[in-house]
Amino acid sequence: MADLQVVASSHFLAIIYARFRMSARLAVESMAARAAARLSRLAGAGGGTTIPGKLLWKLDPGAIDALAARLPQGAAVVSATNGKTTTTAMVAEILGERRLAWNSSGANLVSGIASTLLAARDAELGLLEVDEGALPEVLRRVRPRALLLANLFRDQLDRYGELEHIAERWRACVAALPPATALLVNGDDPQVGDLGRDRAATIPFGLDDPRHSRAEIQHAADSRYCVVCGRPYEFLAAYVGHLGDYRCNSCGHSRPDLLVAAREIELRGLDGASFELVTPNGTTAVRLPLPGLYNVYNAVGAAALAQALGASLADIRAGLERFGAAFGRFERIPVGGKSILVLLVKNPAGANEVIRTLEDSGAPALLLIALNDAIADGKDVSWIWDVDLEPLLAGAERVIASGDRAAELALRCTYGGLAEDAVEVQPELERALDRGLALTPPGGELVVLPTYTAMLALRRIVVERGFVRPYWERS
Amino acid sequence: MRIRVGHLYPDYLNIYADRGNIAVLARRAALRGHELDVAAVSVGDELRPGAHDLLYVGGGQDREQALIAPDLASKGAALLESAAEGAAVLAVCGGYQLLGRGYRDRQGAGLPGVGLFAHETVAGERRMIGDVLLECELVPGERRTLAGFENHAGRTRLDPNAEPLGRVVAGFGNDGESGSEGCRVGRAVGTYLHGPLLPRNPWLADWLLAQAIAHASGGEAPELEPLPDRLEGQAHAVSAQRARDRGGRF
Repeated sequence: MADLQVVASSHFLAIIYARFRMSARLAVESMAARAAARLSRLAGAGGGTTIPGKLLWKLDPGAIDALAARLPQGAAVVSATNGKTTTTAMVAEILGERRLAWNSSGANLVSGIASTLLAARDAELGLLEVDEGALPEVLRRVRPRALLLANLFRDQLDRYGELEHIAERWRACVAALPPATALLVNGDDPQVGDLGRDRAATIPFGLDDPRHSRAEIQHAADSRYCVVCGRPYEFLAAYVGHLGDYRCNSCGHSRPDLLVAAREIELRGLDGASFELVTPNGTTAVRLPLPGLYNVYNAVGAAALAQALGASLADIRAGLERFGAAFGRFERIPVGGKSILVLLVKNPAGANEVIRTLEDSGAPALLLIALNDAIADGKDVSWIWDVDLEPLLAGAERVIASGDRAAELALRCTYGGLAEDAVEVQPELERALDRGLALTPPGGELVVLPTYTAMLALRRIVVERGFVRPYWERS
Repeated sequence: MRIRVGHLYPDYLNIYADRGNIAVLARRAALRGHELDVAAVSVGDELRPGAHDLLYVGGGQDREQALIAPDLASKGAALLESAAEGAAVLAVCGGYQLLGRGYRDRQGAGLPGVGLFAHETVAGERRMIGDVLLECELVPGERRTLAGFENHAGRTRLDPNAEPLGRVVAGFGNDGESGSEGCRVGRAVGTYLHGPLLPRNPWLADWLLAQAIAHASGGEAPELEPLPDRLEGQAHAVSAQRARDRGGRF
């Protein structure tokens, strides 16, 4: 009876009407947006992953809020300069059973998030990697139950602006989070680790194995000065770029106590890495099939987030040990009796880790490196001069330099110690790939280091040749 | 000949691959039988006038620039004296700003400058970002182009009698309005162009080396033997084309 009385009130009718209009509008917009994706695929324009989202974002930005709000288990968001695609994919593997709204192809701007939410109508949980610049907008709209912030490195300064400015925007994001939102931060990154300082129940994660510290901090390391007082940090250990165990001897600012950590790390070249995963829920040994310390960071972050989402330690271990590779990141593609190994490079810190991993397993004699300067790669290619290419080039006999800025890349290689006649300039990626494969012995592997749009172009080529299925048909 | 380079604040000002510029100077010096001896001059180190034939100041993020600004101001007199007695200078981006009279951000807070270049920089609302192409004439009658990348919020206004490094063919330059880019005072050159600047503009590297050699020898700037510069030429052409495609200005 009470219900009837309420229904009788005109105020409530207005609300129902407004809701009906909203959901009807959302349904129509959603249909139009999905049709656009199908058209894009039919037209051969690619996955069409962000087209429906772009349309929806244009038609009604508020629709994203509504789409996110109907996820029964809410959403988890991952952001970082490096490793967000891999970390998110690891979490997806751990959560295996759950129905996810997951942007697995890395479409991580607002439009990509909208597309993902739109496409996964019966999802239980949102799992979203988000571009570090798009984070404020996405957080406002998606209102996740858990947020993982993993690292900030110099990257595409022409697009993102300076590191400090992103850190400031992230700080504002964290301040605006509801108290119930779980916050997981990489404690090894001074800027990022500090974001959780004033927030109760923040979960800092990181590495704890000084045997893997670099002898000296890398050229491209960014956060070398105390976030509080500006004096240089003392790094008790520096693992990846400026990520490590730091302490300011002037004001005492130091790495927060790690609640989720990797200890006893063993790197096994390109075959993978093993470590002991320490969490508040116990400790377990993990044998990760991905190589490099940077992937141990990804795994520890994924473990922390999965735990916050309710995964058991056994599930975390099993998921990490099952994990293949994320799109274009350490991806092996068989190509007619040979294979190509695709290792995405996009900024100095990430590229340095890829190089260190290749170096640890014996640097290849032949390399194909492809440097593009589209907006998604960064139009400013100066970063290649900040990469420590030298150890890789020391073992190389031949480099095929490709992409729109092939000549600049070739020049960089000659400054890295390669003789000019050992560098071939071939801006056309398809020709460069054919040349690289021709030089690769039968049964051998061609190592390819592409920037983002070069990686997409490369995958398009191997898809056209029938070596892999398009990514929008996987998963 | 030994060419002594003082690299100012390499641990703070290194955002746009400044070490690429140093690597170019070192290799091109070596190919001509000279040796580049690079010493870091950072916070707390003394800058001795006459101790360096070439001074290099790179770019940093706002935070790093603010961290070194007081120290740089304390080295101001020594830096001016070095330039006055003929040391060559290359200052890029943030370094270029701080070698002017000063920098004011949008809140009006200022960083002191050294005053080597006759300019002042005020932060603007929009960043000026993209490929740039300049036309320069450092040696009368020798027109050359410089191709680089700029990314700065600061608008640098040259005094009316100050000499720009070049004229903007495409891109923003000092302030996005005047059509001038950079500044030159004798053997000192400042610019917003990074990318880094020297790999794809080897003629400027050679000009700086010649000035530094002149300082080291106490004689005239020598004519350096030309190098093939095949890849350098290609990289320059691609970058220049990017700038032309972009056009320029707001």
